[in-house]
Amino acid sequence: MQRHTIAILVNDQPGVLTRVATLFGQRGFNIDSITVGGSEEPGLSRMIITTGGDEQKIDQLMKQLYKLIDVITVTNLSENAFVSRELALIKVSASPSQLAELNAIVEPFRATIVDVGPNSLIVQVTGDTEKIDALLVLLETYGIIEVTRTGSMAMARSVVPVPASV
Amino acid sequence: MSVQIAELQGKNGLPPVKFGEEVTGAETLLRCLILEQVEYIFGYPGGAVLPIYDSLYGSYFKHILTRHEQGAIHAADGYARATGKPGVVIATSGPGATNLVTGIATAQMDSVPLVCITGNVPQSLIGTDAFQEANITGITIPITKHSYFVRDVRDLPRIVKEAFHIATTGRPGPVLIDIPKDVSNAVAPFHYPEKVEIRAYKSTVVPSDEEVQKFVQVISEAKRPVIMAGGGIISSGADKELRAFAEAARIPVINTFMGLGGFPGVHELSLGMPGMHGNYTANQALLNADCVIGLGARFDDRITMGRTKEFAPKARIVHVDIDPAELGKNVETAIKVTGDVKSTLEKALPLVSRCDSEEWIAQLKKWQAEYPYSYKKEDQVLKPQEVIELLYESTDGEAIITTDVGQHQMWAAQYYKFKHTRSFISSGGLGTMGFGFPAAIGAQIAHPDRTVIAVVGDGGFQMTNQELAILSQYKVPVKVAIINNQCLGMVRQWQELFYDNRYSEIDLTCSPDFVKLSEAYGVKGLRASTPEEAKAVWAEALQHDGPVVVDFRVAQGENVYPMVAAGNTLDQMVLGDE
Ligand SMILES: Cc1ncc(C[n+]2csc(CCOP(=O)(O)OP(=O)(O)O)c2C)c(N)n1
Repeated sequence: MQRHTIAILVNDQPGVLTRVATLFGQRGFNIDSITVGGSEEPGLSRMIITTGGDEQKIDQLMKQLYKLIDVITVTNLSENAFVSRELALIKVSASPSQLAELNAIVEPFRATIVDVGPNSLIVQVTGDTEKIDALLVLLETYGIIEVTRTGSMAMARSVVPVPASV
Repeated sequence: MSVQIAELQGKNGLPPVKFGEEVTGAETLLRCLILEQVEYIFGYPGGAVLPIYDSLYGSYFKHILTRHEQGAIHAADGYARATGKPGVVIATSGPGATNLVTGIATAQMDSVPLVCITGNVPQSLIGTDAFQEANITGITIPITKHSYFVRDVRDLPRIVKEAFHIATTGRPGPVLIDIPKDVSNAVAPFHYPEKVEIRAYKSTVVPSDEEVQKFVQVISEAKRPVIMAGGGIISSGADKELRAFAEAARIPVINTFMGLGGFPGVHELSLGMPGMHGNYTANQALLNADCVIGLGARFDDRITMGRTKEFAPKARIVHVDIDPAELGKNVETAIKVTGDVKSTLEKALPLVSRCDSEEWIAQLKKWQAEYPYSYKKEDQVLKPQEVIELLYESTDGEAIITTDVGQHQMWAAQYYKFKHTRSFISSGGLGTMGFGFPAAIGAQIAHPDRTVIAVVGDGGFQMTNQELAILSQYKVPVKVAIINNQCLGMVRQWQELFYDNRYSEIDLTCSPDFVKLSEAYGVKGLRASTPEEAKAVWAEALQHDGPVVVDFRVAQGENVYPMVAAGNTLDQMVLGDE
C-alpha cells in the first residue's frame, strides 16, 4: 500500500470537513492525518490529507471527492515533487539542569526548547514526518510525557500542480 | 419602506409569483417551488414545518398526505422515475426527517432526482437536544448528492434554486434542504435568482469529439458486440437514440435491471436482463462478446458477481457514463467516455457503421430459442411467474410496473417485457422493501390515465400498506398485485439453496386477510388461488374503475431461476429444475 498526500481545495462551508472525512470512511480509506486551514483565496480552505491505498483506489477516491459539491479541486501531491512539513510539541521528562544536554540533541534538528518547568520541558520541532519520528526516538531515553503533532502540511514544489481531471 | 413589486406571469397553469414583496420563509419556499414548476408535494406535517403547512393551506399545490414519511418519499421517488421531473417531499424535524432516510438512500443509489425539505427546531435550540431535534443534514451526508442547512431566510431562494439544479443535472440524485423554524417564520423581500452559479460543479456533460470517435472506431471493429444499457439510458432520455444506434450498427442490446424499458424488450435485438437472475443468452453474450458497450450502466456486482477480473473475459469494454467516477470503478475499461448517454449517442449516430455481427446475432437467437425463461405450469396451483405473464399479456406491455423487493421483483423483471422507457420502477441499488407500493402511487399521480400496477410480495407490502388510505382519499386507481407466497420468498430461496433448508424466520402465514384489509381502507379487494381464478379476477380488476388489490395466492416453494450464486461467475449459472 502506497502513501498519498492529497490536497483538497474546498468551499469554507459548515460541514465540509465532515463531508470530506465521511467520504473517506464510506469508501474504505483510513485518514492518517488531516490538516485544514485557510488558502490563498478568501472563502476557500485547503485540506491536506494523508492516506494509503494503491494507485487505482486513490484514483477512484479522488473522482469521488470531485463529486462533492463543495470540493473545488483535488490534487494528489505524491505524484510530483512536493514539500511536506509537520509541527510537533514534545514534553520531555527532564530538569533544568539537563537543559544544555538536551539543547545539544535538539539543535541538529533545528528544534527549539520553548518551555522549561521544574520536571519537564517542551521541545518544538518542524519538519517532515521522518525527521520528527527520529527526534522522538532520541528523546525517548529521557521519557516522553506528551506529544502533539499537527499532521502534514504540504505543497507541490515550484510548478503549480495540475488538479486531477474529471 | 415601499417596495417595487414585480409580478412574474404564471406559466403552464401556474399561479403568478410576486417579486419584491416581504414574505415569510415558508411563503418564500412555496414561491420558489412554483417557479421550479412543482405541482405535487408529498409530505407529512409536524411542529417544525407548521409555518410551511400554513402557507400551503389553500395554495395552488396538490399535497398528498401519506400515512408515513417513508410512503411520501417513495411516492415522490415513483413520481420522479415515472416523469423525469424532480420529486418533492416535505417532512418535519426529528422523527419526520429520520423517516425519510431509507427513501433518500433508495433515490441516491438509483440516481433519482428528489428535493427533500425538512423542518428543524429554531436555531436558538439547535444543538441542545431540543424536542424533535435531529441533525438530519449530518445523518444524510453519505446518502445525498448534496444538502443544505438554511441559516438565513435571504439565502433560501438561492438554495432552492441550487437544490433543484443539483438534483436534476449531471448524475441526478436527492438533495436535502433543512429549514429551521425561525427561518420559515422570518421575513424578507422575495427574489429568485435567474441563474445558478456553483463553482466546480459540472452539470452538462457532452463528450469530446475525440472520445466519440474512439468509441465508434472500437465498435466498428467488433464482430461480437453487445450493448449493455443501464439506468442512464432512462435518466438521460436516450431510448430513441439507443434504438437508432443499435439498429444502425446491428448490435444486440442487454438491458440491465435499471435499464429495463430503455430498449423495447420485444425488439429483435433485445436480449433482456443479465446477471444473477438474468437469462442465459444475456449472460452468454457477456461471456462471449469481443466488445461490451456499457451505456449508463455501472457494472454492478449483481452483474459482474464481484468477480470483475473474470467478467466479459474476451471483450474490450467501452464505457459511457455521465459520472466520471463510474468509469473504471468496477471493471477495467478500454475506452472511457465521459458524457451523458443521449448526447454521446447523438454525436456517434452519424459516424457509426454497420458491424459485421450477423453470425453473432444468429448464435444469440439460437440460445434465446433454446434457453428461454421457463417454469412448470400446474392446473390447480398458481405459479408466480404465471401471474406476471398474465399482467403482461393483459396490458400488452403498456402498463407502468412498480415492484417491491424479493422474488416477485425478479419475476417481474424477467417475465414482463417492457416496451417503453420509464415504465419499470423498482429499487435496484438499495433493494428497499416497502418501496413498490408507494412508488406506484407517485407514478399513478404523474400518469392518471395509464395503468399502473404495483407488484409486491406479501412481506414488502406490509412495510408500507397503510398507504392504501391514499388510494381512496385521492382516488388513485393503482392496481396492486400481491404475489402472496406466505413467506419471505427470496430469503426462503437462499435458505433452501445455501442454508440446507433451515427456514429461519420467514413465515408470513399470520398476515392479515389482504382482501379485508383493502376493504377496510375503502379499496376493492380480490383473491385468486388457481390459474383460472387468476385470469377472471385480474380481468375484473382491470375493468374496475378505481384502485384494486388482488391477493394472488401462489405456490410457496417456487425459486427464481436462472441463478448465479453470489461468488460464482456468469458461466456457473443454474438454469433451474424445470
Ligand atoms: C427493508 C428491507 N428489509 C429486508 C430486506 C431483505 N429481503 C430481501 S428480499 C426479502 C423477502 C421479501 O419477501 P416478500 O416481500 O414476501 O417477497 P417475495 O420474495 O416473497 O416475492 C427480504 C426480507 C430488504 N430487501 N429490505
